[in-house]
Amino acid sequence: MNITLNNRPQSFEEDTLTISEVLKLKNYTFKMMVIKINGVLIKKDKYNSAKVNNGDDVHIIHMISGG
Amino acid sequence: MNFSQIVKKLKNKTVGIAGCGGLGSNCAVALARVGVGKLIIADFDSIEESNLNRQYYFHKQIGASKTASLKENIKLINPNTEVEAHNIKLDSQSIIEIYKNCDVIVEAFDKAEMKQMIIETVIDKLSQTPLVVGLGMAGWGDNNSIGSRQTENLFICGDEKKEVSEQLPPLAPRVGIVANMQANTVLEILLK
Repeated sequence: MNITLNNRPQSFEEDTLTISEVLKLKNYTFKMMVIKINGVLIKKDKYNSAKVNNGDDVHIIHMISGG
Repeated sequence: MNFSQIVKKLKNKTVGIAGCGGLGSNCAVALARVGVGKLIIADFDSIEESNLNRQYYFHKQIGASKTASLKENIKLINPNTEVEAHNIKLDSQSIIEIYKNCDVIVEAFDKAEMKQMIIETVIDKLSQTPLVVGLGMAGWGDNNSIGSRQTENLFICGDEKKEVSEQLPPLAPRVGIVANMQANTVLEILLK
């Protein structure tokens, strides 16, 4: 499938993936994130169930301390 | 648009600023200088000497509350900007109450979990209000890594990688760049 991840095109061999699987494949090990699929907020307890499908617009925003 | 037209347009706008540390104090001052009519600021902290390497406070204000001091400093810069100050530790519920009528909200916390909390709260409960966040500004140099991007009503400013640590402290120049980038994004939204 082809998706948009953080405004950039991204391809995966799989037809569908959960958020947890995307994080694993992308090697994202951030402790704290804000994740949206097509504008819908996905909270941490849904990472194992929320599906990413072909054409989806996914944002994974890394929370970084400092201010 | 000339400056008096800009001031006229900004006079009726309200900007919420969540946190009055390095990002919040500098962003608030920039917005007051250009004439934003009302700023709603909130923080629970008092000023420590270690804050003065980046935050818009003065040595004689050490020990005083950040919200009262920032209100005082803004008044000295532009008395036409009204400042509503809340001396509280913000949480999801108080963010909704305090900032629900703002034209834009600026996230200016230091801790990652607070940043996550306000982003989720605003997307969930105040989805019509643009939120401008600061992510990644520790250390010094590396100007070109700092940028901004937008996803729906969420605007992100910063390098999105450098986390504050003992060896990578937050310092006036990079924190100021991101705070002013947030203020610049607010202007872009308000002057549209």
